[in-house]
Amino acid sequence: MNAIGVIAINVFRESVRDKVLYNLVFFAILLIAASLLIGELTAGQDVKIIKDLGLTATSIFGLFIAVFIGIGLVSKEVERRTIYSLLAKPIDRWQLVVGKYAGLAVTLAVNVAVMAVAQYVVLAYLRWGISPDVERAWDAPALDPSLLVAIGLILVQLWIVTAIAVFFSTFSTPLLSAALTFGLFIVGHFSADLRNFQNVVASPVAGRITSALYWVLPNLAQFDVKASVVHGQRVAPGYVGVALAYAAVYIALLLTISTSVFARRDFK
Amino acid sequence: MRPAVASIVALVLLAGAARLQALRERWYPPALEEETAMYLRSADAVRRISGPYAPIAADLYWIRTIQYYGGLKHRLKPEWRRDREAPPPQPAASPAAADDRYALLYPMLDITTTLDPHFNIAYRFGAIFLAEPYPSGPGRPDLAIALLQKGLRDRPDKWEYMEDIAFVHYWYDHDYLSASQWFDKGAAVPGAPWWLRSMAATTRARGGDRAASRLMWEAIRQTTEIPWLRQDAEQKLGQLRALDEIDALQRVIDQAKARSGELPPDWESLVRARVLRGIPVDPAGTPYELTPEGRVRLSSSSRLYPLLVEPPSQMQAGAGPR
Repeated sequence: MNAIGVIAINVFRESVRDKVLYNLVFFAILLIAASLLIGELTAGQDVKIIKDLGLTATSIFGLFIAVFIGIGLVSKEVERRTIYSLLAKPIDRWQLVVGKYAGLAVTLAVNVAVMAVAQYVVLAYLRWGISPDVERAWDAPALDPSLLVAIGLILVQLWIVTAIAVFFSTFSTPLLSAALTFGLFIVGHFSADLRNFQNVVASPVAGRITSALYWVLPNLAQFDVKASVVHGQRVAPGYVGVALAYAAVYIALLLTISTSVFARRDFK
Repeated sequence: MRPAVASIVALVLLAGAARLQALRERWYPPALEEETAMYLRSADAVRRISGPYAPIAADLYWIRTIQYYGGLKHRLKPEWRRDREAPPPQPAASPAAADDRYALLYPMLDITTTLDPHFNIAYRFGAIFLAEPYPSGPGRPDLAIALLQKGLRDRPDKWEYMEDIAFVHYWYDHDYLSASQWFDKGAAVPGAPWWLRSMAATTRARGGDRAASRLMWEAIRQTTEIPWLRQDAEQKLGQLRALDEIDALQRVIDQAKARSGELPPDWESLVRARVLRGIPVDPAGTPYELTPEGRVRLSSSSRLYPLLVEPPSQMQAGAGPR
C-alpha cells in the first residue's frame, strides 16, 4: 500500500509541475466574468445560470484533465522509457496502475474542491445585497448545500472516466485512448437510449445486443443531477448511495482489467 | 531579442492589426445587423445533442431569446413612434406580419423549456413576450398559453403559471370567464395566495373594468418577487393612472370649449384662465400633449408611451368570451 501512496503522490506532484492546476485560474476568471456579464445579458435567473455554468465548467474541465492525463499515465512512461526503471523497482505492476490512478483521482479531487469553493464565493457575491423576498422567488437558495451533491457526483463520474482512460492507455496509443474514452463518455450519457432501443427496432437480436450493452457499458447519466439540484429538487440519499456503490464497483472492475492487461504487456 | 523589446514589438504589432481592422471597417462597413437564424428548430433534437449539458444549453438559448426579443422590440419601437396617428396594424389585422417578425420567438422558448423543463422564468416571461400585441410582441396569446400549459405538465402544482394563464386570458384574449376559471384553479393549489380567489370573483363580475385591471396589476406589483415583473406592473399602473388623468383633462378641455365656443390653443391659456394650476404632467413627469383638434394625449417622449390598450369591459364585450 505504501508503494501505491508514493506513486500517487508523485503523480499529483507531476500534475502540479505540468501546470494542470492552471485550469483553476481559467475557471475563476470564467465565473467572475460571467457573474458580471450575465445580469446584463439576461432577465432574471442570474444565480441559476451561474450555478449551471459552474457545474458545467467543473464537469468539462475535469473531463479534459481526466482524459488527457489519464491516457498518458502509462503510455508516457513507456514513451519516455522510464517504465524500465519503474519496473526494476520492488513494486508490482498492479501497484503501479492503481497508484497512478489514485494520484490522478487526488488531482481531480483537489481541482473539483477548489472549483466548488470558487463557485460558492461567486454565488455569495451574487447573493450579496439581494433582499430575502427576491431570494425566496429562486428555486433554490444561492448558497445551497445541495450543490455539493451535484459536485460530488461529478467528481465520482470523473473518477470513472479516469479509470476508463487508464484502462485504454494500458494497451492503446494515446490518441486512440482519448478517442475511445470520449466515445464512452458520450455513450455513458445516452445509456437510457440503449435500454429503450429494443422498443424501436424490429430485430430481437439487435434489441438484445443493445440491452446487453446497456448493462455492460458505464452508465454515467445517473451521476448527472445538475438540473435537479439547481432547481432545488432533493436528490434522495438512497439514490446517491446506490450511484456511489455502482461507481466503486465499476472503477474496481476497470482497474482489475487494466492491471491484468498491463501485467501481460511485454516491454522488451 | 530581449523580453522587453519583444513585448514592445508585440504591442506595436497588435496596435497595427487593430488599426487595420478599424480602417477596413471604415472603408468597407460591415452589415449593421445579421438576420437571426436558427439552424436547429427541433427542441428534442437540441436536447439530444446537448446530452449532459442540457441545463447550460437552456441558459444559452434563454439569453439568446432575451437578446432576440429585446433587440427586435428596440428596432420596431421607432417605427411606431414615427407615425403616431397610424399605428402599425394589430396582429388581428395582419397576423402574418407579426408572426414573421417574431418568427423565432416561440421556437426559442420551446427549445429553452425542453432543455430545462423547470426553467420558471422562461415560461413566465416568455408567455408575456408572446402575448404582447405587435409591435411589442407577436400578439400570440394562444402560444403564450401553450407555453404555460407545457410548464404545468411538468409542474402541475405551479399556481404562478395558472395565474399567468388567467392573466393572458384576461388581458390579451379578453376572455374573462376563462381568466376567472384559471384564477380559481390557481387558488385551489395548496400554498397559493388568498387574493387569487378574489381575483377570480372580480374578473367574473367586472372583467375589463379599469378598476379591476388596476387591482390585478396592483396584486402583481405587491406579490411578485421578480424585479422585472414588478417594474412592468409599476409601468402598467402608471399608464392606468395616465388614462384616468387624460380622461379628466379631456373633460376640462370639452367644458372649456362648451363655455367659450372655441378650443383652448394650449395648456398655458388654461393656466392663465386659472382652470389648471400648472402644465399637466403624466405620472412619469412628462407634460401631456394637447392636439389642435382638442384631444389630450400622452407625449411620445414619455417613459409611459405607448399607453396600454385596455381590454373591453364586459358591458362592451358582451357576457361571453371574445
